[in-house]
Amino acid sequence: MNVIYVLWLRQIKRFFRARSRIIGAIGQPLLFLIALGYGIGSVYSKAGQGNYIEFLVPGIMAQTVLFAAMFYGAMIMFDKQFGFLKETLVAPVSRFKIMLGGALGGATTATLQGLLVLCISLFLGFRPHDWALVPLAIIILGLLAVAIASFSSGIGSFVQDMQGFQAINQFIVFPLYFLSGALYPLQHVPGWLRLVAECNPMSYAVDALRFVLIDQTHFGLAKDMLVLVISVCGLVMFGAYRFRHIEA
Amino acid sequence: MSLQSAITVSNLTKRFGKVTAVDDISFTVQPGELFALLGPNGAGKSTTIKMLTTLLKPTGGKLTLAGHDVAHEQDKARQAFGIVFQDPSVDTEMTAYENMQLHAALYGVPGAAARQRIEELMTLVELWDRRDSLVKEYSGGMKRRLEIARGLLHHPAVLFLDEPTLGLDTQTRNLLWDYVRRLSREEGMTVFFTTHYLEEAEAVADRIAVIDHGKLIALGTTPELTEQTKTKTLEAAYLALTGRTVRDETPSKGDEWRARRRARMMR
Repeated sequence: MNVIYVLWLRQIKRFFRARSRIIGAIGQPLLFLIALGYGIGSVYSKAGQGNYIEFLVPGIMAQTVLFAAMFYGAMIMFDKQFGFLKETLVAPVSRFKIMLGGALGGATTATLQGLLVLCISLFLGFRPHDWALVPLAIIILGLLAVAIASFSSGIGSFVQDMQGFQAINQFIVFPLYFLSGALYPLQHVPGWLRLVAECNPMSYAVDALRFVLIDQTHFGLAKDMLVLVISVCGLVMFGAYRFRHIEA
Repeated sequence: MSLQSAITVSNLTKRFGKVTAVDDISFTVQPGELFALLGPNGAGKSTTIKMLTTLLKPTGGKLTLAGHDVAHEQDKARQAFGIVFQDPSVDTEMTAYENMQLHAALYGVPGAAARQRIEELMTLVELWDRRDSLVKEYSGGMKRRLEIARGLLHHPAVLFLDEPTLGLDTQTRNLLWDYVRRLSREEGMTVFFTTHYLEEAEAVADRIAVIDHGKLIALGTTPELTEQTKTKTLEAAYLALTGRTVRDETPSKGDEWRARRRARMMR
């Protein structure tokens, strides 16, 4: 327990000490909200779909958590390159605890960044339809963050350099994001695209957030949560498995 | 403890694909001994240390550390050693004290004992006044001293030092060996180290093993090695054993990157 705690704390401390990461955590979602929200928003409302910023906010929250939690995998890779990883690998502690402590730390900072998006969006006029459901939104963000941070632990365990990590981002993370319904409703998209989105676990996290925050849903909350919990279990196992097989 | 050896290596072999990095080597190290492992670049020194410290799985052979089978009692073996790696392994974005605390937690050293031991060791390596500085503000020599203090925090029976003085100035090197000798004497700790500086091995080590092309080619005290090769100094003996040709090492991507980084940091 103590081991998980100190490795969790290390991620938290490092996050709050890196000013650039905090600025990035505010800047990037703000850019997306303003550029997409106002840029596409006008067309969206002309098409009779209502308020696009309202629709977009849950998507950008999920996006922020996705990218922030993926960054944790890059941290593992840096730990490998800067040598610190070896310090943990030779310690008399199970690899599972080491992986879990770091991933939970990465997930915590990612969840905070997702919540920060919610705060920013309040200034742009966004209001959750029921404030009492906001804690549920935090749980959803947290589950998504744990799933992605575990996934990125697994990736960071075998990717050797930044180029490799960029390739993973291009071929896995961006498709997960753009094909998730984070930016557009899934009701009216072509059938093949809807099929892809339905196979993408990320879609369910976005949909769950949308249900909780703006009372709109495509799959229904029960199905969303089921997919989310299964993803968490599967990806924690994936991360632990890959992490256990690191050889330095 | 007194009857069993600190390290036993029996028929240790490591193959990477077709390349045999470590080829059927055997030796034992006694408790409290200062033991040097010498060899040209790519001879198999680091691979041997990695296997002894559970970072790599041997292809064949058996290893014990302080009586614990490295393959089957991994956690007990891990608890029994401390290591200073060839490359820095501290978290530079945290303070020196935080690095020590994290190590204490990883090794299950309880809070009060850890605080006392951290102060003791950081005072010993003359870093106590700088305990709250981020490690990235440390010089190369200070980082090394911190790593040694950290490696000793959990009272290991065996301390591994993989080229611990690489890139350090003479003053820091002398200081470092003074600590190591003192701790070995006071705590009966076994020290297993590699180095390219033969005068260090000669001055510090009780016994020296020489490996080349993955094979153990000589083992003994400095007088034994010079006698065996009919030479006068350890350096002459070493060259007689390993020849004068320069070796090619094929570093992994990470090694190359680290080497460049190290060159930059060890100003």
